[in-house]
Amino acid sequence: MGAARVVIQTEDFDLSHEVRALHLQDLGVGAVTSFVGTVRDRDGAAVDAQVGPVQRLELEHYPGMTEAAIESMIDEAFARFDIRAARVIHRVGCLEPGDPIVLVAVASAHRGESFKACEFLMDYLKTQAPFWKKEHFPEGARWVDARVSDDECLARWGIQAGNAGC
Amino acid sequence: MNLTIRYFASLREVLGERQQLTGVQSPLTVAQLRQMLAHSSPAHAQALQAGRAVRCAVNQVMAADDSPVPDGAEVAFFPPVTGG
Repeated sequence: MGAARVVIQTEDFDLSHEVRALHLQDLGVGAVTSFVGTVRDRDGAAVDAQVGPVQRLELEHYPGMTEAAIESMIDEAFARFDIRAARVIHRVGCLEPGDPIVLVAVASAHRGESFKACEFLMDYLKTQAPFWKKEHFPEGARWVDARVSDDECLARWGIQAGNAGC
Repeated sequence: MNLTIRYFASLREVLGERQQLTGVQSPLTVAQLRQMLAHSSPAHAQALQAGRAVRCAVNQVMAADDSPVPDGAEVAFFPPVTGG
């Protein structure tokens, strides 16, 4: 019995511990692909001169729905790819630039399937899991806008589920 | 029918966390409920007006404009999601 597939937490996570656990809990696993997203201090290529660098990021979620939505995304990943395990950890609360925010790790027998499933899960999570980011600047704060490019990433997998549009 | 309405993120900041509705007409779709709520106050009108990107979940599952809203449902409205 491994760890829960989906965890939403305020605390940091330990990437090497998570990856090792996926390798050791099933010796049929030959590949683990992991993705870690971190908090940035800017939205575009450069810090916004008007508002300055992001000082902290506030992460809100929908307790219950967020976990269930990601669970069903993992079910979908199992249906599409030959994978053996998956784990998603997403942080909420107050974070600072440089802090890890999300971990997606997928285990499979050979690398191809876990590479694909990891990217699929991130594309899905970005546009369909109920989380909202608010950036705080030296003066003021703003909710982050969803990106149409993230919807296009999900469309590559044949899923039309608009998020950013009206 | 009776419904629990929840708001998240920027919508929560202007409309509050939750609202209980009683005696709501049935059948009802998500789009009809959104329109009904938009008529309930100037703040609701601004936050939920047509043309603003607002997503909805019915009983914690993403819903479309034409999704039915069953009696006793928890219906959440929120801006496009920005996790990851």
